[in-house]
Amino acid sequence: MSENDHGHIQEHIKVYLTVFGALGFLTLLTVAASYMDVSPMEAIFLALAIATIKASLVAGYFMHLITEKQTIIWILCLTFIFFLFCMFIPMITVIDHASLS
Amino acid sequence: MQIPYIVEERPDTGLNNSKLGIWVFLASEVMLFGGLFSAYVFLRMAAPVGDFAYWGSKLSIPMATFNTLVLISSSMTMIMSWASLKMKDFEKFKMYMGLTLLCAFIFLVVKYFEYTGKFHHGIYPSSSTFMGIYFTLTGLHMLHIIGGMIVMGYFWLPFGNKMWTTEPERFTNRIEVAGLYWHFVDLVWIFLFPILYLL
Repeated sequence: MSENDHGHIQEHIKVYLTVFGALGFLTLLTVAASYMDVSPMEAIFLALAIATIKASLVAGYFMHLITEKQTIIWILCLTFIFFLFCMFIPMITVIDHASLS
Repeated sequence: MQIPYIVEERPDTGLNNSKLGIWVFLASEVMLFGGLFSAYVFLRMAAPVGDFAYWGSKLSIPMATFNTLVLISSSMTMIMSWASLKMKDFEKFKMYMGLTLLCAFIFLVVKYFEYTGKFHHGIYPSSSTFMGIYFTLTGLHMLHIIGGMIVMGYFWLPFGNKMWTTEPERFTNRIEVAGLYWHFVDLVWIFLFPILYLL
């Protein structure tokens, strides 16, 4: 391994440490936010927003998605569409009422 | 027979097959947990008002917060073990991989105390809808932790990591692929923590 490559990895390690610190801080922030006096909808939005930021940091930096090849990005985009569809299936129950009469 | 393109990139995908394989597997895992998250939303919408909050209040937030920090730390040590191999430092790899295994073990121990605490108070998966989905989601996640520990343990032990002396690049790729799986397990917990313990 050349000196250049070694330095390149060292730069990456600095980024990993920063992300690690951010993840720890955001975890404590999630817990602190859960004690805030907000409506249930606001609490859900807040908790999921922080979780999404944390997940993006893990996926982007620890899993190297920000520098990953297009093939993987497209696979994940397709997966995300199916995931969203899966998450919205329960919403159908709001408009689908069985008639009891 | 050797599986082709496990170290070098395939010209058509621009990736080696190991990496493409793990990402397709992780996509299927997203759908596995996605289905269960969807079930959680469905059950929560159908539950009486306050039911999920009532049963959720029986869970230990300090224990779960500690476990979240442990899992995040394990992700950090996992990526450091891969970075150590990239810098050709095998001793550091062994140390960081050992720390990752230790974090995974601590996570399981805390989970053991959480589960036994519930059972001690007569709370089981059959106690309520919330507890049913709680034990299903955390149980499946725990199985993933155990699966990851088996793979990482194999690479940590001498018979698993002897490839480092013969094919260092291939061994580094193996650690990268195992790391991707491990970060995914961390990522799932990042969502499980707030929806089960805090909301």
